[in-house]
Amino acid sequence: MNALICPGIARILAAAAPTLICALFAPAAFAFCGFYVGKADANLFNEASQVVMVRDGDRTTITMRNDYKGELTEFAMVVPVPEVLPEESIKVVDNVLFERIDAYSAPRLAEYYDANPCHVRSARKNGLAGRLPQSLAMDAVREKSEEDRGITVEAEYTIGEYDVVILSAKESNGLEIWLRENGYRIPDGAAQALAPYIRQDLKFFVAKVNLAEQAKTGSAYLRPMQFSFRTEKFMLPIRLGMLNARGPQDLVLWMLTRTGRVEATNYRTVRLPANMDIPTYVKGDFRTFYKALFDEQAKREEHRVIFTEYVWNMSWCDPCAANPLTPAELRGLGADWVSSGGRRAPRAQPVMLTRLHVRYTAETFPEDLMFQETKDRANYQARYVLRHPAKVAPDACPAAGRYLDQVAERQEREAKVLATLTGWDVNDIRERAGFAVRERPWWEEWWVGLAP
Amino acid sequence: MGRVGAVRAGLAHEVRAARAFVARLPRDARIYQILFLGVLLGAGALARDFTLRPEQMALTFAAGLATQMVCVRALGLERVGVLSALITCLGLSILLRADSLWVHPFVAALAMASKFAIRVRGKHLFNPANLGVIVGVALIPGAWISPGQWGSDIASAAWVVALGALVSNRAQRLDTSWAFLGCYLGLVAARVVWLGYEWGVFVHQLESGALLLFAFFMISDPMTTPNHRSARVAHAALVAAAAFAWQFALFMPNGLVWALFLATPLVPLLDRIFRAERFNWRDNPALPGRGVPAPRTTTTSS
Repeated sequence: MNALICPGIARILAAAAPTLICALFAPAAFAFCGFYVGKADANLFNEASQVVMVRDGDRTTITMRNDYKGELTEFAMVVPVPEVLPEESIKVVDNVLFERIDAYSAPRLAEYYDANPCHVRSARKNGLAGRLPQSLAMDAVREKSEEDRGITVEAEYTIGEYDVVILSAKESNGLEIWLRENGYRIPDGAAQALAPYIRQDLKFFVAKVNLAEQAKTGSAYLRPMQFSFRTEKFMLPIRLGMLNARGPQDLVLWMLTRTGRVEATNYRTVRLPANMDIPTYVKGDFRTFYKALFDEQAKREEHRVIFTEYVWNMSWCDPCAANPLTPAELRGLGADWVSSGGRRAPRAQPVMLTRLHVRYTAETFPEDLMFQETKDRANYQARYVLRHPAKVAPDACPAAGRYLDQVAERQEREAKVLATLTGWDVNDIRERAGFAVRERPWWEEWWVGLAP
Repeated sequence: MGRVGAVRAGLAHEVRAARAFVARLPRDARIYQILFLGVLLGAGALARDFTLRPEQMALTFAAGLATQMVCVRALGLERVGVLSALITCLGLSILLRADSLWVHPFVAALAMASKFAIRVRGKHLFNPANLGVIVGVALIPGAWISPGQWGSDIASAAWVVALGALVSNRAQRLDTSWAFLGCYLGLVAARVVWLGYEWGVFVHQLESGALLLFAFFMISDPMTTPNHRSARVAHAALVAAAAFAWQFALFMPNGLVWALFLATPLVPLLDRIFRAERFNWRDNPALPGRGVPAPRTTTTSS
């Protein structure tokens, strides 16, 4: 059995076709005046772990997506937890919740159309529009030598399609041997990684698939597993997941809290560069662009930081990649404080969503992630803007020539921004964007480079 | 021999020139502190994605300096300049984050006013930046601090240590910084050994920009730490133990600033038990008349 240790539990297929949704859903004050045209969802990143964490006081609910594509007999996960979880605090939830929260918070592309410069009045009126708007019961538990090794099976449940065992251990070698004897292929070095959790008196939540129960669900995939507990520690254990990692790993983490944005206290949390104009040809392949951007930014920060991709009060969005989650969906993820409400989300939903994306290596993230909820309620989104020039002949009116010169300058700037964001070659970008490639004197290059 | 003599003479000349240069440098350690905190704030804002807005910074300085001037005038004090106010404003800009514009000036004014209002035997009690940050974090909506904002990498850690050591040395409070760091990192090392972590965890803590900044620029403030050297070292050790417990036993963030805040009321008590002369920025004996920094002596006379 191949034990995938949490949270490196998910194997996710590469990018599917870009989603095209046109949605307009915004309060008037910050009206989004373009069309939402694409998003880069978490499935874009291969083998990204996907976790939703809900934190309210010391109450913590963790939901983990098991988008596992291998043999079901080989699936297993091991998660350190602070207490022996009672059966009622563990459940399986619908995959749709992940799809919803992912769609709602995904990095997005927005597009705008320039007004025709020859229509002076409307151009002035729309001048603002052209600018950026605000916008584990184990079936073969061997009891004979458990006590000798300091392993106690604290509880055993069958929850949905999973067999769950809660273990406590006195020493890490004993736990490693127990796991091996019970069919988990534990990676080398597991004992050393398990030791600190045992010393801190944590329990181990160990789950594998109950094939009979899985057959009853009639579904090919595993549903996300959710468990709740109380702990003062606002943290997510990631170190165990590094044992079977070959290179950098991705984790997309959605944090739901009552009041403010969540950030790490033991690593830098930074916002991805966003809200920039990029060449319009990116519209056809936004997912490739976003993947390249994230790769480049993660590399530039040497895999040492946690990126914020989205921070928003759950009651609205602008532009909306998908409608905000309903009170029922939020409660389904563990945000118990949300009143079940009526058919529609109430106007002020007391839930802040922080979407974090981290690409980590064992060397750059030597400690588990520790978090704090700040009192920051400022919205942020990874949003990129396309501005389509108006189609106008240079001699259509006196303003047209000047407008086209400005468009050429703007497009050159957009090409450079795209090159900086993604690490792509600027000449390739110019070519793809259909610009006439023109050699610039060095001083002009320098000057354009300085331009904001 | 003649050649050696010439070299000696040359060297002597260089040493004299260096001494003369040092003699001309400002004697007040706060000048250097302002300079280096300014560099750190600039570097943080430009290279570390601080979520600090320029308006917030401007308002911090405006409110902090205005409060200082009003208090000095109202109390008819002499020989009180703006250097300390600048340091407090720099410290608040580096540490405090807010989602509105009023928080920074409000906290800056409060921090500066505390210097004049909360005094024990003629010495102000709280480190103004520390008090301001605690008020912000504990009482004000929409204000927070980001302990992770400096990240951890050797290069920036080295810079903070180098700059901080210079300032603390000039302010004669390097003993506080080292005592604090020694105790805190000792406890962290003990935890790493006890829990069986890899040493990478220790190194990660050691490189923490927030820790080093606190050690060299906040707890080393000579005006709000005990006057007697032994008392300072004891106080620093206590702050280190409290900060460690706050973070690793209570699992709460921002242990450093909370520990210093909670340990502050002990300073007058320690000053009473361990008697020593009060620190004076201008007559800093770290820089005696000849202009050569003395080896680390203390201001204590006991």
